[in-house]
Amino acid sequence: MSDLNFVWPLSGGLLIGVSAALYLLLNGRIAGISGLTASAFGLTGAGINPLGLGFLVGILSGAAVAFAWIRHADFSITESSVLLIIGGLLVGFGTRLGSGCTSGHGVCGLARLSPRSIVATATFMIVAATTVLALRQIVGGL
Amino acid sequence: MAYRVFASVLCGLLFGVGLVISDMVNPARVLAFLDVTGAWDPSLAFVMGGALIPSSIAYAFKHRRSRPVLESQFHVPENRTIDGPLVGGAALFGLGWGLVGLCPGPAIASLVTGRWEAVLFAAAMLVGMFAYRIVTSPRNAPRAAY
Repeated sequence: MSDLNFVWPLSGGLLIGVSAALYLLLNGRIAGISGLTASAFGLTGAGINPLGLGFLVGILSGAAVAFAWIRHADFSITESSVLLIIGGLLVGFGTRLGSGCTSGHGVCGLARLSPRSIVATATFMIVAATTVLALRQIVGGL
Repeated sequence: MAYRVFASVLCGLLFGVGLVISDMVNPARVLAFLDVTGAWDPSLAFVMGGALIPSSIAYAFKHRRSRPVLESQFHVPENRTIDGPLVGGAALFGLGWGLVGLCPGPAIASLVTGRWEAVLFAAAMLVGMFAYRIVTSPRNAPRAAY
């Protein structure tokens, strides 16, 4: 994998931050993708939420535009169906049980110094790093 | 409602562009960032750091406003209790994130690659969310003691 000029992650991060800032100031809500995804598919018990659906349509459109015209990012992922299924199930269930993911807890929660989000972010970062380390020990890297 | 949905689409657009140009959408890059004891790739620290600048300013500015532009009130959680579901859920999420390198935002954005791996992961993620909905539905809640 090639090195990445830091300007790309920094400007991408700034855009994500502007998105979270606008979502707070316009719609008054946390830009948390796990919650928005669940609400878009009616998985929160409150029916299908048009705000969640709109956000997902925006992400898909923005990603398509960026891939086509701004920066064709690599997409290098495991080909193990077992890992993909177990990983997806854990991410889906875990983010709902823990009330958020990298965006809701990581970006919005840390920005507002929420104690729950600080604990959640520290937890998922440490567990994820430990998982990568353990996988590398077991299978010699993925 | 139409304005609020439009605002959601606009915020989603910025978010989607940000995920792709930052390379957060690339699982190999995410795993290299999480691999702190190996050949650590610090790129994604810039994503997190960059994202925190505008969002911190917005959350600080929120205290000076009584309401958001398109809603009558803010809907920001006030809960400050650190409990088992929070920590357990974050741990399960971290395990899944570390296994594959996709969290929910990139899982959605990566669907535009059309790759079967992205579709399978996103489908499993939705099933996981549905499973949480099932186990927490009122029907499965502990019965009140008589």
